[in-house]
Amino acid sequence: MTDADPARLYRTVRLIRRFEERAIALVRSGHIVGGIHPYLGQEGIAAGVCAALGDGDLVTGTHRGHGHVLAKGADPARMMAELCGRETGLNRGRGGSMHAADLSIGVLGANAIVGASPAILTGAVWAHRQRGNPVLGASFFGDGAVNEGMLLEAFNLAALWRVPVLLVCENNGYATTMPVAGAVAGTITGRAEAFGIPAVVVDGQDPEAVRQVTAAAVARMRDGGGPELVEARTYRFDAHHTFEHSVRLDYRPPQEVADGRSRDPVAIQGARLSPADRATIDAEVEATLDAAVAFALAGPEPDPAGALDHLYASGLTGRGGS
Amino acid sequence: MPRLSYRKALTRALADEMTRDEAVFLLGEDIRVGASNVTPGLLKRFGPDRVLDTPLSEQAFTSFATGAALAGMRPVVEFQIPSLLFLVFEQIVNHAHKFPMMTGGQCAVPVTYLVPGSGSRTGWAGQHSDHPYSLFAHVGIVTVVPATPADAYGLLVSAIRHDDPVVVFAPAGALEVRDDVDFATLAPVPLGRGMVRRAGDDVTVVAVGHLVHDALAVAEELADQVSVEVFDPRTLYPFDIDALVDSVSRTGRLVVIDDSNRSCGIAAEIITSVLERVPLTAPPRRVTRPDGAVLPFSPALDRAVQPGRAALAAAIHHVTKDCP
Repeated sequence: MTDADPARLYRTVRLIRRFEERAIALVRSGHIVGGIHPYLGQEGIAAGVCAALGDGDLVTGTHRGHGHVLAKGADPARMMAELCGRETGLNRGRGGSMHAADLSIGVLGANAIVGASPAILTGAVWAHRQRGNPVLGASFFGDGAVNEGMLLEAFNLAALWRVPVLLVCENNGYATTMPVAGAVAGTITGRAEAFGIPAVVVDGQDPEAVRQVTAAAVARMRDGGGPELVEARTYRFDAHHTFEHSVRLDYRPPQEVADGRSRDPVAIQGARLSPADRATIDAEVEATLDAAVAFALAGPEPDPAGALDHLYASGLTGRGGS
Repeated sequence: MPRLSYRKALTRALADEMTRDEAVFLLGEDIRVGASNVTPGLLKRFGPDRVLDTPLSEQAFTSFATGAALAGMRPVVEFQIPSLLFLVFEQIVNHAHKFPMMTGGQCAVPVTYLVPGSGSRTGWAGQHSDHPYSLFAHVGIVTVVPATPADAYGLLVSAIRHDDPVVVFAPAGALEVRDDVDFATLAPVPLGRGMVRRAGDDVTVVAVGHLVHDALAVAEELADQVSVEVFDPRTLYPFDIDALVDSVSRTGRLVVIDDSNRSCGIAAEIITSVLERVPLTAPPRRVTRPDGAVLPFSPALDRAVQPGRAALAAAIHHVTKDCP
């Protein structure tokens, strides 16, 4: 996918933005149960990182994972169907928002346990390379994850064994409601540097800046370098989770939210295109998402008789519960 | 006939599977030198890419194995002490076990977790002496506890070839068992299949892992008083309930001896599963560690907490003599 085309990068951020807005509407209309963790405002990170990866490279995401999965190339229609719990979804309705995965394009899954993904990704990239398949990986995690021991253990393993994984910290300033300043002693880049991992801070609101930083890291990693860390400074435009509106959490100053929203990755990348090109892409994205929502809502719900299908890859079945 | 030790049977299974399948590799702490004495010689034979010494990073290397499995490998993770499983329960249960379902069948996670020296090793005290197989059976992870060298070989081979995560508990109390074994007869033992180790008519004793040997010894001691059938489940999840029901249908009495804690332990599950299908002549008994046990250090106290032969004999007497 390695692609410096500004139009393509714009299309990705626009697609993620509008996907999220449509998904929020589907939460409100009751078509998506359980809610979602919107990626609004952070689109430039997934888009920029994935634009610098190859098709065969691997990605792991987070509970705020729609952007990662879409940027890597998943079908928005099957993704939306997954959020709606349909048999036609990426995971046949078994994963939902927080576990959307498409292994056929190297998306090992959104992962709902904070800090869990980097170690899994490191093992997967290592295994591919053991078998002569020179893939790389990018693992997304939030600022909250940098205080998880498992994440730091993974940094150590990746550095020690020189596994080429890009550790992408999406620092949106809050772990749910906990501000970074109240949670992170030291610095995020310092966490990586302690393990001898090169680390850089980038403006996560600028998709092109993220792409360039990633492309440089990817070039070094393809050249035999070990892991690198990118701390992308960003801002979450909306709630931690869609439930937040109903419980009226109050933890971000209105001025801060306004300032954060003023640096919009869709607008920043869009400014690099002519208004006509933008309008064309916007219309194409709307058509894609119209079709995606229609596809999702038309998909059948899974047969309750198959509620335990896929529990075991080996085909093992346990006893029923009643 | 050559003597095969339980421990050497595990080594042999690892070597045979690594030879047979390039996707099999080992990782764990101090496995290059074989600190648990299960992996000696394998580094020299298979090289450092297939015998990976890990830092003390149990959570990361357990998830690393999950990732490698997602990428088509068949990792075997060795844990030197059983209590480390508490540390990586999240990585095994919440990730390795759940990925096939959560992805709608897009992947398999064929990882084997090998725990040589599970349970009490006298003097290893509170944090090194647990035997947490009931926890894994509860969450639905394939859980095997071999009792004999031939089963240690055959169940480990089957675990490695299985497409889902499998925990292999090798009880400390069985590691030194040696049997006369014709190596040519060593073969995979199917997962989920129990067996009658000793035939009897009056009572069925289900014994888990090393306790199979204790149950056989007690059965011999009591042979002139009561005819004891000893059933070795070999796999705790999935459990071979059909074979056990066959046995209990004949004997009508049931005792379970199991080296895990009493409340919510595997013994309770076994008894309930039988009672759902077969009426018993006498109320069943279980011989286990106490509720919530923490193994005390002093050998005298350690033994007091272990399910042992005397307690088993008493339970057998109870269901046969007191409830004729």
